[in-house]
Amino acid sequence: MSAPRVALFVTCLVDLFRPAVGFASVRLLEAAGCSVEVPIGQTCCGQPGYNAGAREDARGVARATIDVLHGFDYVVIPSGSCAGMIRAHYPSLLADDPRYAAKAQELALRTWELTSFLIEVRGFVAPPGPARTVAYHDSCSGLRELGVREQPRRLLKAAGTAIREPENRDACCGFGGAFSVKYDEISGEIARKKCSALAATEAPLVVGGDLGCLLHLAGRFQREGRKISCRHVAEVLAGIDGPAIGEAGS
Amino acid sequence: MIPTSRQFKENAGRALKDTELQKALFRVDKNFTERRARAVKNLPEFESLRDQGVAIKNHVLDHLDHYLEVFAENVERAGGQVHWCSTAEDARRMVLDLCRSVNARSVTKGKTMIGEEISLNPYLAAQGIEPVETDLGEYIIQLADEPPSHIIGPAIHKTKEQVSDLFLEHHRRYGKTKRLTEGEELVGEAREILRPRYLAADVGITGANFLIAETGSSVIVTNEGNGDLTQTLPKMHIVLASLEKIVPTLEDAATLIRLLARSATGQQMSVYTTVSTGPRRPGDPDGPGQYHVVLLDNGRSKLLGSAFRDILRCIRCGACFNHCPVYASVGGHAYGWVYSGPMGSVLTPAIVGIAEAHHLPNASTFCGRCQDVCPMRIPLPSMMRHWREEAFAQDACTWRERMAIRGWAWLARRPRSYRQVARLVASYLAWRGRPTGRIADLAFARGWTATRDLPAPAGRTFLDLWRERGRT
Amino acid sequence: MTRDAILVSIRDALGRGPLGAEARDLVSEHIRRHARNLVPDRGNVDADTKVALFSRQIQETHATLEYVATTDDVPGAITRYLSGKNLPAKVVLAPALAKLPWNEQPLLETKVGATRGEDAVAVTGAFAAIAETGTLLLTSGAESPQTLHLLPEHHVVVVRRDQVVGSMEDCWDRLRAQGPLPRTAMFVSGPSSTADIELTHYLGAHGPRRLHVIVVDR
Repeated sequence: MSAPRVALFVTCLVDLFRPAVGFASVRLLEAAGCSVEVPIGQTCCGQPGYNAGAREDARGVARATIDVLHGFDYVVIPSGSCAGMIRAHYPSLLADDPRYAAKAQELALRTWELTSFLIEVRGFVAPPGPARTVAYHDSCSGLRELGVREQPRRLLKAAGTAIREPENRDACCGFGGAFSVKYDEISGEIARKKCSALAATEAPLVVGGDLGCLLHLAGRFQREGRKISCRHVAEVLAGIDGPAIGEAGS
Repeated sequence: MIPTSRQFKENAGRALKDTELQKALFRVDKNFTERRARAVKNLPEFESLRDQGVAIKNHVLDHLDHYLEVFAENVERAGGQVHWCSTAEDARRMVLDLCRSVNARSVTKGKTMIGEEISLNPYLAAQGIEPVETDLGEYIIQLADEPPSHIIGPAIHKTKEQVSDLFLEHHRRYGKTKRLTEGEELVGEAREILRPRYLAADVGITGANFLIAETGSSVIVTNEGNGDLTQTLPKMHIVLASLEKIVPTLEDAATLIRLLARSATGQQMSVYTTVSTGPRRPGDPDGPGQYHVVLLDNGRSKLLGSAFRDILRCIRCGACFNHCPVYASVGGHAYGWVYSGPMGSVLTPAIVGIAEAHHLPNASTFCGRCQDVCPMRIPLPSMMRHWREEAFAQDACTWRERMAIRGWAWLARRPRSYRQVARLVASYLAWRGRPTGRIADLAFARGWTATRDLPAPAGRTFLDLWRERGRT
Repeated sequence: MTRDAILVSIRDALGRGPLGAEARDLVSEHIRRHARNLVPDRGNVDADTKVALFSRQIQETHATLEYVATTDDVPGAITRYLSGKNLPAKVVLAPALAKLPWNEQPLLETKVGATRGEDAVAVTGAFAAIAETGTLLLTSGAESPQTLHLLPEHHVVVVRRDQVVGSMEDCWDRLRAQGPLPRTAMFVSGPSSTADIELTHYLGAHGPRRLHVIVVDR
């Protein structure tokens, strides 16, 4: 069986803030027997406009993304939020577009969030890593739009990582994209609660599958002066051990 | 009530600084979510019941005209009357006329959100008819002269100490001069003071959780029994309900009742679930002599044909409030109108207009937990997104937001320019983040840095690094 | 007329005119058949288990419960309940229970009929009881004044074993068999309570503070 051709869509946040997540994803996908390509024309999935009510703008960006991601066996994204955008929202967003409706549906079927792809499509078992304890934060879109809950945990456990669950673990961290800036006080308050629940697990490291949540949580931990690090699950699984999010030299 | 939804941000800011409110909200967050989860776990059929509940409500909405006619016929057959009202003003007027027809001086009220929606209390009071709220929560906020902050717990934002103060202040006229500190005593005093009010009232007004077409009945669900006393003791019972409360049969009501209390308070059944049909019967030793249903549209028939139709399935359980991170942070009053929480963020713009209420659907992280726990599986986030689209189309957002979105959309379709801008931003932020790796204050992103640091990027974008390594 | 304006507005929103005769019949059939939806399995058990399930669950809602052998044992049980609670030996009875041998309790003062709140203890029957949720169904009528179910501090409800049914749907069947619905059909699961102060549970908000159930074997 030849290696499937996988397009890695890194997401705009990874591209800008955390290239390590992109390289970690490549490493994991290759370890899982995939041939990985990074379409260079990729930008953003369109979610910022879509969630701001700028439907026409979002449609334009979605069409461009569909074109860029055309022709691969799979599209894999290290983010529940952006994968959710393509899988759960592109089809309805473009349902009345005669040229793109079918393409949107077809792309939705080929698109996967990274950890679910590794588990469900590739049956991947992460190689053992150092024994450590982490608290896991589920992103809401991954959890509720794509059903990503056990997949990252299974991968982490197989790699020798112990996982602690914060109280009220299904609660949102308060990021919410533009919400985090537009309603900053509320976003900060929700983050405060989530951070204190995560801190109460006493795990030194918080791991999650969405960089948006992680930037928000890491920034909040830092503002509160807490010594808790945040990393994307791909980094942890791939054994990339550079500075954590928002730490010097990152 | 006059909406203050435009001031959502200011309202929310105040709420976040209100330490008493924050204590109260912490209780909501903790209690209700755990209780609901337990109740759902204890009923294996819960998910299937949800599917059936959705189907029942969808069927009703498809045939709403028919079921309303059948309902009205059956109310009349049982000796009651239905009064159709298009607007809040019509409904207030109708209630007043009914009260005047029996020379009412005082009316008792069970909890009715429609009563809040049409601002009934101040209207009746201005006409010389004293409205007395009997649900303990409603009674407390009536004393405090505040709107409800939660659809099933109107006074959920009040602490026991605040209730003690209110009772001391307002119960003096009944000769009560001791400040009570125990919950038990407070409940007892409210009971003692309200009992004669029930007996003296000329008219009792309740809401309805359901209206049953088959029998022409109204159904109320309470734990206190206040609604039952309200509708039993006076000579006239007025039911205030909106159109979409209709269910076809008693069997359909049973299905929804199984969902309601579990979703709301985590009880299997509320203490009292009462089906009322018509006035007292010949030979009945008690009960009201007249039964009236004031049926309110107030824009709902229009919603039926809109993208917001699904909100008409709402059974007002409050589960979406109890699982909403935004509600849990700011409470109900910040939303600035009668309905708050996620369902309010969808319904309020439909009633008061998106220009007034544009913040409400925008102030959501789209975490989706509301839809997850909604017994009627109402797609609240997508309807909020739809309101955002209306707001964007109607220019209800700021010029800056609009420019930001337009700029982003332009760039996102031009990969080369996009990469250049990303490159600049990444290196600027990396520079700003030295040497700590984070940025504590960023002039053009104060929205971010007001409440958290911004983790700085490494300085190079992934796409640039990837291309350099020759792997395109 | 407002009624017609609202109906037209609904039909406009639905994109159709009034339902045609055939469509009306189809929808009316839904009401005529009043078919059951999914009824949870829990109440679908034999008669003895129903009674046990009802008893257990209503006690979980802060009600108290006892069994007696026959309806003739009810007056004695009432006397014991009152003395156990240190209450005056005085009750108001629903007419449905007036024929029980109350005269065998010489110290017990009884009256029959509705109340305006002057009575501390009411004793009434029930229309049915539901195993699935531990719920009583109390109907209003000449034999069972609704005020007795609500105003006294203590409410004692006498239920026969054969009145215990599986579900709310079983109650609807029994109610329909009786003719038109009574003015009120009130499902009661426990004594009156409130959680409106700091979400703490308190008994006796406006209705009965205590609910006591007497299950009669025969």
